[in-house]
Formats: sequence, structure tokens, C-alpha cells
Amino acid sequence: MHLSVAHLWLIPALPLAAAGVGAFLPRRARALAAGLAIGAMALAFVLACGALAGALAHPAEHAVANFAWFDFGPATLRLGWLLDPLTGFMLVMVTLVALLIFIYSTGYLKTDANFARFFCFLSLFAAGMLGLLAANSLLLLFVGWELVGVSSYLLIGFWFQRPAAAAAAKKAFITTRIGDLGFLLGLLWLYDATGSLLFYDGGHGVLEASVLGSLAAHATMGGLALSTAIGLLIFCGAVGKSGQFPLHVWLPDAMEGPTPVSALIHAATMVAAGVFLIARIYPLMAADLAVAGAPVHALTVVAAIGAITALLGALVATAQTDLKRVLAYSTVSQLGYMMLALGVGSWTAAIFHLLTHACFKALLFLGAGSVIHAAHHEQDIRRLGGLAGRQRVTFATFAVGMMALSGVPFLFSGFWSKEGILHAAEGWDVSRLPLYAGLAAVALTAFYMTRLTAEVFGGRPRTDAAAHAHENSAVMTVPLVILAIGAVVLGFWGTPAWPWLQSRLRGESAVLGVSWWDGAALMALSVGLVALGGVAGWALYGRKARTDCRAPDPVEAAAPRVYAALASGLGCDAFYAATFLRLNRLAAAAADFLERWVWGGAIWVVAGLGRWVGRADRRADEAGLNAGFNAASAGLRSAGRRYSRAQTGDAHGYLRAMAIAFAVLALLGILGGSH
Amino acid sequence: MNPLTICLLFSGALFAVGLVGALARSNAILVLLGIELMLNAANLNLIAFWRFGPAAAPATGVIFAIFGIAVAAAEAAVGLALAIAIHRHRGSLRLEEATRLKG
Repeated sequence: MHLSVAHLWLIPALPLAAAGVGAFLPRRARALAAGLAIGAMALAFVLACGALAGALAHPAEHAVANFAWFDFGPATLRLGWLLDPLTGFMLVMVTLVALLIFIYSTGYLKTDANFARFFCFLSLFAAGMLGLLAANSLLLLFVGWELVGVSSYLLIGFWFQRPAAAAAAKKAFITTRIGDLGFLLGLLWLYDATGSLLFYDGGHGVLEASVLGSLAAHATMGGLALSTAIGLLIFCGAVGKSGQFPLHVWLPDAMEGPTPVSALIHAATMVAAGVFLIARIYPLMAADLAVAGAPVHALTVVAAIGAITALLGALVATAQTDLKRVLAYSTVSQLGYMMLALGVGSWTAAIFHLLTHACFKALLFLGAGSVIHAAHHEQDIRRLGGLAGRQRVTFATFAVGMMALSGVPFLFSGFWSKEGILHAAEGWDVSRLPLYAGLAAVALTAFYMTRLTAEVFGGRPRTDAAAHAHENSAVMTVPLVILAIGAVVLGFWGTPAWPWLQSRLRGESAVLGVSWWDGAALMALSVGLVALGGVAGWALYGRKARTDCRAPDPVEAAAPRVYAALASGLGCDAFYAATFLRLNRLAAAAADFLERWVWGGAIWVVAGLGRWVGRADRRADEAGLNAGFNAASAGLRSAGRRYSRAQTGDAHGYLRAMAIAFAVLALLGILGGSH
Repeated sequence: MNPLTICLLFSGALFAVGLVGALARSNAILVLLGIELMLNAANLNLIAFWRFGPAAAPATGVIFAIFGIAVAAAEAAVGLALAIAIHRHRGSLRLEEATRLKG
């Protein structure tokens, strides 16, 4: 079954409908809420498979379905859907991982009171993410982008009763917003420069040769090509969303959310959206490569940021004690790898790593969730231990994920995708530094993953929570097994010998056995580094397992200051607290002073003046006008009282008066008439 | 003494009798009776001036008198209804006591 691009909108629409309906379900409708979300996601997965099949039938073509959204003035704002292998692979990956995590969540959050709300938010997230992937317009992509941002905020703060979760949600939202501002500016600039936001539009789209040529040919401030400036602004959004240095600080804090959320949003899908974005607009990012004498190429910046992030994340991950924070920094590091691959020009390697990473990182997070769920929400690795025998399925699958992430050679997908990135970095002719950063991170990754696994699963349980842990139910372990299979198998679709996935992404057909030996030396080096990191990790943490949960880390014992710096994230948070936050607080204090004393004082003076005028006015009124009116009305009242005395109520009296008056009148008439 | 003078004297006497009745009696019905006498004295004048006056237009005096009688009848009806209401309310018809309508 092939799903054509005309019906592609169905894939995001299904979870959106599930979220819309789910929002109105009562809290006790737990099974219905979960069933709705999972059903919509399963259907979306089937449709996504159809879409991928449709895309692979014509891999070289970008099938689009554009439509007009609204007219303003003489212009028409057009949106559209796009189906090519990139969209197809991403749709299948997101729907599959989301489906598995939805199922897993029914077990993980079994006792949570807000179970129904959780599935509503998850569906909303999936709708945004799928819309983002299928968009053929930067604007539609931005809509999905913001939708996943807001659902990420809602889900990090899902346990909003915990102050740390509420603060982490705010931090994530605000930090990504800083990047999104750049994205929005880039988007507006692009619209201003080209009059269109469609990616592909029969030759007029912003990713097509004629538009790219004019964008690259125009120089703007500082000698930058227009495409470089716009590309870098849009890259700001990717930096925020994908947790790249210097905006990576929100991602470790986002681990305050429920673990399935960390797995789905903050490891597998949403944080990869930035990588997807750059891969999607890769022609725009690469347009300035042809410009001679450009001061900087957009992709050079991407590569630099990616290399810094890959190394920084891996360094910091070695000294974290929270199970989920280790994985979060590892995600930061792996996202850095993907950006590095994009920057050095191999977007297919980035997407391959994105897909394999989504699989094994979701697996690792779900495994961590399984541990945390079993150990009564204990997630400090020093207080766990000895879980290998107690949670056999979790341990086995976590080990697969750990080896995939570490890049254990040949069998695991992470090895192949990371190898692709290193190979691309080696071939980059601008600088060797990204390659060295990547190689260093390879050893560090193996080191911290060995440390993590040894601490959590090795040795003996160090607390009662760990001692009483037991394996979880099948709804939680089956997704682990499926993802573990994926974490192994996925690698074989992109090996250097048969790079099927990369070729399909580029719209070519795969050829077996190309350039097998080109990267052999590099491959041997990275295998050696993996072994080095793994052995070092084993020597420090596995050989003699920790017995006391208060004992210092071996690295901490050897170099306490280095360890403390690493544990605090190399001072990024402290740096922001000392600069931006302090600046912000100063500005707020200044505004407060102005408000309270300057403007407030002026208002106080004006108000006092007004009050004084009012009081004077009242006095004049009472003494002058009112006194006159009072006197006049008192006179009227007394006159009325006097006149009313004549009204005696005696009918005879009236009659008499009338008779006398008539007689007098008659006499006057007679006498007057005689004249 | 011509007939007009006689009529006027008679009606003057009738008016005086009515006025005295209205002013001297304290029973409301008798006061009304006095007022009726005064009205009839006025009617008599109208007839007399029409009948014996110079250049009388046809039937003007009679029309005037008939209107006067109709008005007197209506006034009597209203007056008697008031008298009954006052009697029901207060148990007496003495005008000296009915003095509550005052300023």
C-alpha cells in the first residue's frame, strides 16, 4: 500500500484528533484515553509505513501537495505537504517509537491520577512532531515546531506539584524560545527575500536551484551571503531545540518529566527535530559553499557547534550521578555528533545516526524508566546496584542499548552510524578539529556508559529500594525488546559496504561493496578508543563495584576539582546565572526602582494634586452654591407650609369663602359697571 | 313689573335659599340639595333671559338648561356616591368631621 502525498496530512491529523477528543475525556476514562492515543498512533504508524513505501518507489523525487492558506493583499500564503525518503524514514521512526512508548506508558503511569491528561499531551506532541516532519513549508514546520515545544513544556511539567519540575518546564520553554526567536527572524527574512516559504514548488521553492542561486549571490552585512545569514538564524532554532551548546542547559533539567516523556521527546524525537530541520534545509545551508571569499560558511558554524556539543556533553556525562541526567548529557553529546555530520556535509550520516540513536536512546531511557519504576523512583546511580539479576530483561535490553550507544563494533547500530559521521568528518577539508572532538567523545561515551551500567546493574544492591526491585510487566518489557532488536538491526541498513539508507535518502540506488577499505584505519582507531573507554570504565567501576552509596566516585577521589566541575556541567548554568540571570535581575531591580519611586512618585504627586483640587472644590461647593440653594429651598418650604394652612379640609369653609368672594366680585362688577 | 323681573327675583330667592341651605346644614346630603337649588336657580335665569330677553335665538336657552340639568344630574350621582362612601367609611355624614383632606 502506497500513501500518496495528497493524503499525507492524515498522519499528523490522527493524533491531533486523538488529543482533541482526549482533552474532553473525564479523568476516570483511563482505558479510553490510552486506547484512543494508542489506536491513533498505531493507525498513523501503518500510514507512515505506506508513506515510506510511496517515497521509496520514487526516491529521487520530492512529491508535494501545496495549498493556499489565506490571501493577504496581492500575496497568497501557501503551505504544503512533502513526501520524500527523508520524511518517510522520519515518519516511520517517530510513529514506531511513539507507539512503543505510548504502550510502555500505560504500565509506567498505571497509578497516576492524571493518566488521561498524559495521553492527551502525548498525542498532541505526536501531532506536532509528525506535522513538522511532513511539512513542505517552513511556516508549517514552524507551527509543528512550536507545537512540540509547548507539549514538551506541558510534559516536563506534568508533575507540576514538584517545584523542580515546574522550574524545569519553564527553563526548557524559555531556553528553546531564545533559539526560536532566531528561527522566526530567519523565516521572516527568508520570506522577505524570496516571497515564499515552500521548500519545493515546481522550481520556485526556497530549496530549489534558482532561488538558492540568488540567495547565495546576494551579500548582506559583514559580507555574509544572504543564504548564510538566513541559514544561521534558522540554525539558532535548531540549537535551542536540539540542545546544542550554548543552549543545551535545558535538556538535562527536562529529565524532571516522566521517563517515557524523556524517552520520546527529550531523546528520540523532538530534540532530533533540529537535526531534521538542518537536514531538510540542507540545500539552503550549503548554498554558500559555492561563494568564493565568504567570511564564514553556515555549515562551518554548524560543525563547530556540533563538535563542541559532542565533546562537552560526553565530558559532563562522565560525572553525573542521576541515572537520567547521564542519559540526557549523552543525548546532548549524540545530537552534537549529528550536527557535526551535518556541518561536515554528510546530512545522510546525520539522519542515519538520528534514526539509530532514536532507537537505542529510547531503549536506554525506557530501560532507565523500568529501573526507576521498579526501584520506587530511586534514580541516583550510587543508591542502586545489583539489578542485573533482579531485572533480567531490563538488564539485557539496556546492555544492548548501552553497547549500541558506546559504538561496540560490527553488531550494533550505533557503531555504524557513528562510523559514518567520523568518516565524513575525516573527509572535511576545512579543519580536523571536529574529527578529534568526535574521536575523544567516542572514548568518553564508552567510558560513561560502562560506568552507568556497572553502577546500576553491577555489584550488590546498596539500598532497600534496589534490593526490592523486580521485573516489570510485559507492557513495559515488550517495547524494550522490540527497541533492542531495532538497536541491532537498524545498523545493517547503513553499513559502508551497503549504504542502502544513505543512498535512498539521496535518491540513489544502493550499490554493494563500495569503498570498503577507505575508512578502515579510522574504523580501527575508533574501535580502539571504544575499547579504551570501556576498559577504563570497567577498571574504575566494574572490577571492584561500589559497596557504600556514600563513598566518593573513583574519579572524584582522584581529582575532586575536575569531578566537581564536570558534575556541575562545566559551569554553564553557573555562567548563565552569573551573567544573563544576574543582568535580568538587575534590569528587573532597576525597573522596580523606576516603577516604585520615579513613576510611582510622579503618580503620587499628581494624585495628591488631584485630591487637593477636589477637596477645595468640595469646600467651595458647600459654602457657595449649596448654601444658596439650601436657603432658597428653605424659603420655598416655609411658604408652602404657610399656604397649606388655608387648606383646612372643611367643605363649609371653602364654600363660604367662594360665596363671599363671588359676592365681592359681583359687587365690584356692579359698582365698576356703573362707571 | 314685567315677567323677566319676576323670574329674576324668583331665581335670586331660590339661589339665596340654596346658598343658605348649603352653608347652614352640616349633613352632606342636605348641602348637596342646596347646591342643586342654586343650579336650578341658574337654569331658571337662562330660560328667563331666553324667553323674555330681546332677540332670542330659537331654543338656545332650552339647550343651555338641558345641559345644566344633565351636569347637575351627573354631579348629584357623583356626590351621592361620595356621600355613601364617606358614610360607610366613617359612619356619619357630618361635614365638620370630614376634614382630613387638608394641607
